[in-house]
Amino acid sequence: MTKNILLVGVGGQGTILASKILTLGLQKANYDVKMSEIHGMSQRGGSVTSHIKYSEDQVYSPVIEQGQADIIVAFEKMEALRYLDYLKKDGKIFVNDYEIPSIPITSGQVEYPQGILEELKRVADTTVIDATKEAEKIGSSKVMNMILLGTIIGSMNLTHIDWDTILTENVKPQFIELNKAAIRQGIALAK
Amino acid sequence: MSKQQLMTGNEAIARGVFEAGVRFAAAYPGTPSTEILENISTYKEISAQWSPNEKVAFEAAYGASLGGARSFASMKHVGLNVAADPFFTVAYTGGNAGLVVVTADEPGQHSSQNEQDNRNYARHAKVPMFEPADSTECKNMTKFAFEMSEKYETPVLIRVTTRVCHSKSLVTLEDRVEKDIVPYVKNAAKYVCVPANARVRRVEVEKRLDALKEYSDNCEWNYIEDNGASVGVIASGMAINYAKEVFGKTVNYLNIGFSFPLPLGKIEQFCKGLTKVYIIEENDEYIEDAVKMAGFKHICYGKYQPNGERFLPAYGELTSDVIRKAAMGDSDNAVSYDRSKVVGRPPALCAGCPHRGFFYELGKRKNLVVSGDIGCYTLGFAAPYNAMDFNCCMGASVSGANGMQKVFNMVEGNNKRVVGVLGDSTFFHSGMTSLLDVVYNKGNCITVILDNRITGMTGHQQNPGTGFTAQGEPTEIVDIEGIVKALGIKHIRVIDPNNLKLVSDTLDWAIALDEPSVIITRYPCVLKKMSMADKNEWPNMYQSKCVVDSDKCIGCKLCLRSGCPAISFKDKKAVIDKTMCVGCTVCKQICPKGAIN
Repeated sequence: MTKNILLVGVGGQGTILASKILTLGLQKANYDVKMSEIHGMSQRGGSVTSHIKYSEDQVYSPVIEQGQADIIVAFEKMEALRYLDYLKKDGKIFVNDYEIPSIPITSGQVEYPQGILEELKRVADTTVIDATKEAEKIGSSKVMNMILLGTIIGSMNLTHIDWDTILTENVKPQFIELNKAAIRQGIALAK
Repeated sequence: MSKQQLMTGNEAIARGVFEAGVRFAAAYPGTPSTEILENISTYKEISAQWSPNEKVAFEAAYGASLGGARSFASMKHVGLNVAADPFFTVAYTGGNAGLVVVTADEPGQHSSQNEQDNRNYARHAKVPMFEPADSTECKNMTKFAFEMSEKYETPVLIRVTTRVCHSKSLVTLEDRVEKDIVPYVKNAAKYVCVPANARVRRVEVEKRLDALKEYSDNCEWNYIEDNGASVGVIASGMAINYAKEVFGKTVNYLNIGFSFPLPLGKIEQFCKGLTKVYIIEENDEYIEDAVKMAGFKHICYGKYQPNGERFLPAYGELTSDVIRKAAMGDSDNAVSYDRSKVVGRPPALCAGCPHRGFFYELGKRKNLVVSGDIGCYTLGFAAPYNAMDFNCCMGASVSGANGMQKVFNMVEGNNKRVVGVLGDSTFFHSGMTSLLDVVYNKGNCITVILDNRITGMTGHQQNPGTGFTAQGEPTEIVDIEGIVKALGIKHIRVIDPNNLKLVSDTLDWAIALDEPSVIITRYPCVLKKMSMADKNEWPNMYQSKCVVDSDKCIGCKLCLRSGCPAISFKDKKAVIDKTMCVGCTVCKQICPKGAIN
């Protein structure tokens, strides 16, 4: 049975590293894995998505269909709502309680929308996480992405995978322990 | 060595190039192809280069192939338009050692100005073509393409698409096979394309095509999966995966991995006895036309259905949802919710982008028409600048401005001026010849070269102006001002685009001139990893940040006209995000109350 994970956020938030670590873990656990990213203009503050699909059998398409994501992890609130039509009806959302205003908002044309979390909760199984605050508790707001990765690992029952080794092989030595702690914290939050 | 690794299609193509023993590779950056050469450049066994444009890259690879090394070039789909001239004629001669070209197409236009289907180039130029569907095929087909190139004496085209380039799947790594340099032997009858020789080669091309048609019907890349069904799917590239996601084992498949020449015999064999055949291919009706010509129009469901009505969309990606909707109708899988709470997130010039000050001033001008080009600065078209009237392709800004200005000048009493705007890398790509046209043909448009010291939009590739090669070696820093002078421009100013008064005065100066002028705005991209030369030229860069004095701020919102993503409004006062601001001071110069320090 193929499982579908969708990570969404804004360029610069660390979604790409989080999805890289995730796919390496899934590969290590001998799943067939496919991942697709759209990040063409993400350096300029655009919306970023990573589609991750894995299965004990073969995965064909790297792109998740609408209504097929088992879990959406949103690094930014409004992005959760933008891609909500990808969620399965019984899927889960983990949303970072964090706002990044886009240009129409900063330029004063419109306000940042109110009531996003309420709308998410109204239509789907939603867990709100203040990932920046959780990351700061551990020691640096920069590991916010690993807190959110931890919520995926916890929620999708992937804790048996050796994430510590994968971090050791893919993160700068001085940040390994910090990242490990962030993933553990994320797993705890997903419970 | 047998190791599995998750790779993007682009990484896998680069790996295939490495394993095939290639010694020379050239490219010009362009989404979604850029990472192919970036990855190749990490292999020390290969001489990898960013060329000024795709034509040059292909020609360099052709020369390298004649010189006896397996050679490679990659480009985005519109890049092959630039390289089309040599591509069509090298199709007659072939190389000496293997020569392979990648075109990276963009169904859905994620980052491109059009959605052209470059499979048509294979047919048009009579060059064999592969269409890998995943990273494993990217590597395997790339390797094999070199064998084919040598056996059939032809360049080989590999057509990939965004989702193939940027999706990861597992690839088994193998060792590099070293290939000796094949001695060059002079053969003017083959390689000098005067008409008398080219006519002879033309005949050879047809013989080659006959052989390749036979190959296509018998090769391992085009294969049938028989699930005992009465319905079939014919698909190529990434569309195969989308189709399998939708139909699973309920249909038979004809997977087409080698798609020019098409396996017409296999198509006929596959379609016989079917009651319905879906043709799943992104962009044009390339396979569909062949299926219809083979006499199966009555069972064929592709872009059109047998009654002539549309079936699959003509444009965009054919993801599983799109196929499912066409074949099975709407589903109610998705959650329904209030979309009115979603505000768009268009790309914007970064905080500290050196294009900001220039476009802020340009957007204020009346009686100017701005001819744009391809790069981050294309965003100058958007609010709040609205400072671009048209753009189409690399280098067209200057030539387009020249033509338009000439016509405006025909109108008596005209005071409309035309400004062509392009970046440093785009100037090297094809803006230089356009500027030559302005000088030679006595035009008087204004050219602005936004020199941010790097190729920005594709993610910071070196170019002739940066002082480094693709493989990080120091090299000559080509002087843009010197080129402009040599092309014959007499009026040139080099300015700091973050100084608004200077930008405005310089525009006044250029507009008043009767002769053509060039303004070079020289300031590094804010995201650039600064070289020593940059640090020496701009020693005081980014040492302070701008802060709003909320007592002085009157909430007039004029600073928002800078379009800077670091500025927002809270409680009717401007606020600058400290983490984003680099202190370019453009907003400070705009503020009429001196409220920004």
